[in-house]
Amino acid sequence: MLELKGVRKVFNTGTVNEKVALDGIDLHLLPGDFVTIIGGNGAGKSTMLNTIAGAYLVDAGTVTVNGTDVTFMSEAKRAKFLGRVFQDPRFGTATDMQIDENLALAARRGKRRTLAWGITHEERELFRERLARLGLGLENRLSDKVGLLSGGQRQALTLLMATIQSPDVLLLDEHTAALDPKTAALVLEITEEVVTENNLTTLMVTHNMHDAIRMGNRLIMMSAGKIIFDVRGEEKSRLQISDLMKKFEEAAGVEFDNDRMLLG
Amino acid sequence: MLLAFQGAVSQGILWGVMVLGVYITFRLLDIADLTVDGSLALGGCVCAVLLVNNGANPWLALLAAAFAGMLAGAVTGILHTVFDIPAILAGILTQTALWSINLRIMGKSNIPLLKCPNVFTDISKATGMTQATAALIIGLAVVALVIASLYWFFGTEIGSALRATGNNETMARALGIDTRVTKLLALSLSNGLVGLSGGLICQSQKYADIGMGTGAIIIGLAAIVIGEVLGQLMPGKLRSFSSRLISAVVGSIVYFLIRAIVLQLGMDANDMKLISAVIVAIALSVPVVSERMRLRRQLKKGVEA
Repeated sequence: MLELKGVRKVFNTGTVNEKVALDGIDLHLLPGDFVTIIGGNGAGKSTMLNTIAGAYLVDAGTVTVNGTDVTFMSEAKRAKFLGRVFQDPRFGTATDMQIDENLALAARRGKRRTLAWGITHEERELFRERLARLGLGLENRLSDKVGLLSGGQRQALTLLMATIQSPDVLLLDEHTAALDPKTAALVLEITEEVVTENNLTTLMVTHNMHDAIRMGNRLIMMSAGKIIFDVRGEEKSRLQISDLMKKFEEAAGVEFDNDRMLLG
Repeated sequence: MLLAFQGAVSQGILWGVMVLGVYITFRLLDIADLTVDGSLALGGCVCAVLLVNNGANPWLALLAAAFAGMLAGAVTGILHTVFDIPAILAGILTQTALWSINLRIMGKSNIPLLKCPNVFTDISKATGMTQATAALIIGLAVVALVIASLYWFFGTEIGSALRATGNNETMARALGIDTRVTKLLALSLSNGLVGLSGGLICQSQKYADIGMGTGAIIIGLAAIVIGEVLGQLMPGKLRSFSSRLISAVVGSIVYFLIRAIVLQLGMDANDMKLISAVIVAIALSVPVVSERMRLRRQLKKGVEA
């Protein structure tokens, strides 16, 4: 469903700040795979997601989504394959537009936009029903501006927007990191529901090792632009946080900040 | 006196078409588009040359003015989206280039239209109205048509994509909207209205002048903020899209009324630019200052409690 081959990305090439963000990434996701990604700051997790999304082009390698080579496709063009939720709740929604208008924009992801009316009655009913399932009371606030919503409500809405049209791959970039623990738990719960229900192929970056182990069927760990650990199925479900810590120290060969990984 | 005010109202309405154009870039796209000074004059020049040299139908001349404005907007759009030149600079480049182009089009710096028929004389002849009344009615009809079209357009899929681009570009791209295309479209549409406005102004004042667009963007911004302040004062604060468009035109009328009053008081018309700039500067700083004061009050309260 998603295949990265030898993907390499270097920032600030040829300057003193040169940084190899992705150093030959090979990754193959089967349909329905739910992969959690962990790793320290600067390991390349977000860069990998942004590379798949097309926020910037790779320096080497190829990106293939559902059989289509998207390596040189613009961000807007390849959006038809991808659902995205960002770390910052402000990025995923249009503040000055209504909840239903945001959803209508998302429902047209990857479709040709015409001079037809931007939102239909049937859509409004569908949105109302989908919003009701979030259990946040948003179904009665269809014409409220999104700017009035809390961070958690906005992330839940963005998640709904990303999946209202089933994406080939769902990209979640630390989408609960900016939320308080209770709201984060709720958004994760909604995430699991949505992913399971639609059997979505998903990549989820997280700082929380507990969530990384608990959720999904596969876990990868990144360090210095490389995938240093890749575990799935039975083996993954037996993982303990201590295993991950050990693995990380082993592969990275450095002392590392336990507290930040645990608490982040 | 009353005549002066009637003149100011119809002037405000004709310039209101330009204000609607500026609204698209300034409020929906969050760009202060400096092309406007050039494209307004371009609209006027094209219209004047077609009427005087080619004896064109005045309505067709207006269409041509709008089309010329769109082209100018597209040039700014291409500079901004394809070549990544900052929007303000892209606008200045087009504006500067248009100065020479406008002179080339007219061949001189001023063309009088005294003997040519125009849309206002056409209508006043057909109905027996005075030309001043005709200007008012045609202006209102054009503005109503433009507002209705904009209201429709920004409700469509493409129009919504355009609003999304101005609101949150990251999201827009993630939802498959090519923001280069939407920006180009918005800049063309906006300057098309500005060109149309230039054509209408030229026909109503019966001349086109190379300097007729100078400071137009400031007039546009001033009209928008005046309209917004007035909208805030109304019950319900007039938040809907159509009422925001209408208040932009009302802002334009109020602007030209203020101008008429200033002139009646014996002040120099050239001081109007200073007054406009001050109005815009105040209107843009008020929200910033009041937010800062609110935070300070809140902080003080917190310290005392």
